[in-house]
Parts: sequence; structure tokens; C-alpha cells
Amino acid sequence: MKKKMTGKQIAEYGLLIALAMVLSYVEFLIPFSVAVPGVKLGLANIVVVFALYRLGKTEAFVISILRVLLMTFMFGNAFALFYSLSGAVLSFAVMLLLLKINRFSHIGVGIGGGVSHNIGQILCAMVLLGTKQIAYYLPVLLVSGTIAGIAIGVIAGILIKRVKADKAK
Amino acid sequence: MKKRKNDFILLAAVVIVAALIWGFTRMTQSEGAYAVVTVDGEVYGTYPLDTDTEIRIGDDEHYNILVIKDGKAEITEASCPDKLCVKQGEAEYDGQSIICLPNKVVVEIKGGKQSDYDAVAK
Repeated sequence: MKKKMTGKQIAEYGLLIALAMVLSYVEFLIPFSVAVPGVKLGLANIVVVFALYRLGKTEAFVISILRVLLMTFMFGNAFALFYSLSGAVLSFAVMLLLLKINRFSHIGVGIGGGVSHNIGQILCAMVLLGTKQIAYYLPVLLVSGTIAGIAIGVIAGILIKRVKADKAK
Repeated sequence: MKKRKNDFILLAAVVIVAALIWGFTRMTQSEGAYAVVTVDGEVYGTYPLDTDTEIRIGDDEHYNILVIKDGKAEITEASCPDKLCVKQGEAEYDGQSIICLPNKVVVEIKGGKQSDYDAVAK
């Protein structure tokens, strides 16, 4: 580690991971399920996108992975861990890439994150279940990932703007 | 704004790719002849679609009830918490599948003759 974490940074991590976990849980509570597995909003991604912009890539990655691990330990099983992790890692990689090339706004980053999260989970399911047929869900999941991504991008964008303004005071 | 435009291009690209995949899978669909059930990647059983039957997959704790009726396969009951496999409804075309992730059950429709377009555009 380059330098010691300050108390503020530790508090920030704790706050954001807790927030991401609460959002996952809220989403889990909303009885929103379609016939296709994997269609979801991904509320916790708001926190990851926010952290990516405001804190940095390492912080965002740590928050994303820790959230998945902690949620799985509490509510999931080993299989859920594989699905969640593959989605989270691919999603993070794509969002980081889109952010780095600096050609997309937070909405574009959100779309990339949402879509690649679903692709990651499908790839994982293909490997785990040993079937290619699951790719039939891909069109639905691409579109749902896009819609969710736009929503996440818009919300994260508002947050990035507001929280920044707050700090400048 | 330049970034907004790029966002829109990305959005359009994803939707077009989704439409292409969807179109491709629809075009290449044909009516299936039998349902192959796999549990955790291993073949559990193969059932012809032209014989009405009801199959219980799994044990007392983790189960899926597969019903084959009128050439269509459907999971009518399951022990999984999300019941996504039940909501997926009927599968009748070659390559279609019903998947229950919690129970690791995959029902795949295979084989059969090429379908006519009326059947596809149901």
C-alpha cells in the first residue's frame, strides 16, 4: 500500500460498502422478477459507479467485490457467488475501460456496466451448467441491462454532481 | 455534447446486437422432438414431446415437476425460491430451454423438423 489509510477513507469505505449492501437488499425485497433470470436493476451499481468517479478505481473495485462477498455470505450460496462475482468483475472492467477512454458520460458507463454484468453472468452460467442454450436469454438480458444501466447512470450522475457540490462548501 | 452522442451510439449498438441475436435464434428455430433434462450438467433423462407425461426431477427437498403436454414442455412446480423456471412457461422449439439455476436443472428441447413461420410467429 502506498500510504496509510486515513480515518476518513476508512469511514468512506465502510459507508459505501454498507450502502451498496443495503441497496442489494432493497432490490432483493422488491418482488420484481421476470421469466428470464438475471433481469434486475442492479441498484448497488450506483455506489460502484459513484466510487469509480469520485474515489478511484481501486476503491470502486474493493467496494464492488466486498459487497458481493458479504451479500453472498449472508444470503447466497457458493453458486450464487460465482454468478455474482463473474458479473461484478466483468462489469467493473468494462466500466473502468469506458471511463478511461473518456468518450462516454456516466450514462454510457452505466450501460456498459449493466450489459456486461449480464454477459458475465451468462458466460458463468454457460460454464457452470455446461449448456450453450442459455445464450437464448442474451437478447433480453442485453436490453434489460441497457435500461437498468441508463437508470443507474442517471442516478449516479446526479449523485456525483450533488456530492461534489456539497464538498466544495 | 459529444459524450451524450457516444452514449446514444453505445445504446443503439447494444440494442441492434440484441435484435440480431434474437432474430437469428428465431429464424433458426424448429419444432423440437424431445426434451433432454440435465441436472448439474449430467443427463437425467430424455422424454419425447409427443407423449404426455409428468416427471418429477430431484429429491424431496429440491425438485422440479416437468409436464409434457401437447408437444410442449413446462415446469409447473418447483422447490426453488424464485420460481423462475415456472414463470419461463412452455418450451417447444428446438434449442429452447427452461432453466432452474437454484436446482441446477436444465430442460432442453432438441431435434425435430423445421418449423413453418406461422408456428414461429405465435
